[in-house]
Amino acid sequence: MDAVKSGELKIENYTLNFGPQHPAAHGVLRLVMELDGEVVERCDPHIGLLHRGTEKLIEYKTYLQAVPYFDRLDYVSPMCMEHAYALAVEKLLGLEVPPRGQWIRVLFSEITRILNHLLNITTQALDVGATTPALWGFEEREKLMEFYERVSGARLHAAYFRPGGVHQDMPAKLGDDIGAYARGFQKFIDDLEGLLTENRIFKQRNVDIGLVKLEDALDWGFSGVMLRGSGLPWDLRKAQPYDMYEEVDFDIPVGKNGDCYDRYLCRIEEMRQSVRIIEQCLEKMPPGEVVTLDRKVAPPSRAEMKRSMEALIHHFKLYTEGYKVPPGETYVAVEAPKGEFGVYVIADGTNRPYKCKIRCPDYAHLQALDFLCKGHMLADAPAVIGSLDIVFGSIDR
Amino acid sequence: MDELWSGYLLPGGIIVAQILALLVPLLVIVAFLTLFERKVMAAMQLRLGPNVVGPFGILQPFADALKMIFKETIIPTGANKVIFLAAPMLTFILAMIAWAVIPVGAGLVIANINVGVLYLFAISSLGVYGIVMAGWSSNSRYPFLAALRSASQMVSYEVSMGFIIISVLLCVGSLNLSKIVEAQRTVWFALPLFPMFIIFFISTLAETNRHPFDLPEAESELVAGYQVEYSSMSFGLFMLGEYANMILMCGMTTVLFLGGWLAPYPLPTPVWMGPFWFALKVTLLLFVFIWVRATLPRYRYDQLMRLGWKVFLPFSLAWLVLTAAVLVYFDLAPKTVM
Repeated sequence: MDAVKSGELKIENYTLNFGPQHPAAHGVLRLVMELDGEVVERCDPHIGLLHRGTEKLIEYKTYLQAVPYFDRLDYVSPMCMEHAYALAVEKLLGLEVPPRGQWIRVLFSEITRILNHLLNITTQALDVGATTPALWGFEEREKLMEFYERVSGARLHAAYFRPGGVHQDMPAKLGDDIGAYARGFQKFIDDLEGLLTENRIFKQRNVDIGLVKLEDALDWGFSGVMLRGSGLPWDLRKAQPYDMYEEVDFDIPVGKNGDCYDRYLCRIEEMRQSVRIIEQCLEKMPPGEVVTLDRKVAPPSRAEMKRSMEALIHHFKLYTEGYKVPPGETYVAVEAPKGEFGVYVIADGTNRPYKCKIRCPDYAHLQALDFLCKGHMLADAPAVIGSLDIVFGSIDR
Repeated sequence: MDELWSGYLLPGGIIVAQILALLVPLLVIVAFLTLFERKVMAAMQLRLGPNVVGPFGILQPFADALKMIFKETIIPTGANKVIFLAAPMLTFILAMIAWAVIPVGAGLVIANINVGVLYLFAISSLGVYGIVMAGWSSNSRYPFLAALRSASQMVSYEVSMGFIIISVLLCVGSLNLSKIVEAQRTVWFALPLFPMFIIFFISTLAETNRHPFDLPEAESELVAGYQVEYSSMSFGLFMLGEYANMILMCGMTTVLFLGGWLAPYPLPTPVWMGPFWFALKVTLLLFVFIWVRATLPRYRYDQLMRLGWKVFLPFSLAWLVLTAAVLVYFDLAPKTVM
């Protein structure tokens, strides 16, 4: 001890390299952690291992070709990413989407929210050591992704929401099947909660862990559940409704303490609210067009192309040159499952965006990891990471 | 020549035969325990589990064993080679030799020694050395942290386990495991010592590093804990040791609290039924081990320590005093020193 005090012997903290290949890193997160025994002294996130240059790539693609890039950002909630982009381009074009198209978008946005929260809640449970919820959740996710597949042809990277509406109308009976599924889903949430909500070990691992005070949440640019968990009922679906969110009735759950457990409860309740929205969508959805009839933006139907010369020309122009967007700039944000997902598009009058800046919520959340983990035990770090709900597709872009 | 035969070779041969008669079935059971675990967990998690190798996946353990045997043993450059390789062997050997004193039926025990409980306790306490050696010799960060955790965890829970065993010994008056079983003819100790039975079971979970106490190999923070650097059969020995230890601990619980080989009904049963009842009870306990793993999240390190030192230790100590008081007051304590 004397040698330490006199400075002859220097004690260094234990540095642990957490990731990038680590079962609890949620992708390719690399944390350089300084540990004092089991207590985390410093936690330094290193990002960029999944950087693909999405924003730059979009500048070299037509407006339609940019859509699939958005699926690949937050690959856990693909359609919500497309939604923001579609809304932004529509705003620049001054397009009106037919009501049925808007309802379908709301419906699938909420299915996406359930998809995302299922993955997040169950992996948060996995991070504190409960294995069963994850496998139950994946079973349900699989069923939801089948709805994705039936409506768009792809389980994950849908490219379904497009500027002007959605790609195709829903197949017959899909609405009934979604309704039947939604009715049974509350039971599944009850089962899931039975494993976790009142479980003493789960509570011990999550209550008072990763506390975020409301001021901190606002200062660090949090949004979504990270903000609502700290007590502010801020939800873009209510605050600045887009598409048909004005027409549906739902509640915004807020937390009290802003710890991991509150965020977990918020997500559980949001899934229940999503089911409510889904049921209202199915009830209120009118028949009709799903995509704008402006043939300068949305392609004509296949049958029409066989008959009409003009339709054929439209189709050819749309899929080679794309459409031109008048000069202007806009920022449009949607309430993605992870928080405020925004797209800032600058159009210069050509068929390609001049710039497309993407604002990902989890990027803002990850930067708070150091202050969330400081002073907690090593085992709390995965619990905090789990409740941040981060996906590297969108953080690294 | 005769003396050599009757004095050394024959008894030696009998001992070797006895050991083989115990260890070979034990290893087969260990192999199938892995399959049992995977199947039970799969059922609880809405999956199928292994079903490709053989009918219902019944040959899966052999496929796993073959794979592990034929893989290359990788020794990290920074590792201390001797200790690195000795650690899994030690774990495995300790898990095996503890079985010498476990009576699986009336008289069916290799060494019916009078200090059986002490022997068992000593061997299971040594188990921590395998993990500490593995963690230290790997010369890697995750294993090292896991070894530290494991050492403190196993030591903490052994203390309360010790007190629980003492309260059983008070009721029996012997440290011989066969006599402990015989003393449960009237009633299994799980009933009169009920809370102790639960605490003992939870402590065995901690002692074998199983869920919810699997901190040494907590995959969400320490990846695989002390096993991170191990591969092929050196990893396999750890696995075998861990599962053999699980069976051992369940066997110990059975002997101490569930009446060992005794049938659950008070009628005379043939001797050969003893191992059957013993195996059945052990299987039930193992099922609970797996059930717990599929259900519960993992404790944090400090919570685990608090549970061990601040809850289990005072409680088992108080219950020990209570047991002793009741035995003395109602004059129930065993009279003869056996």
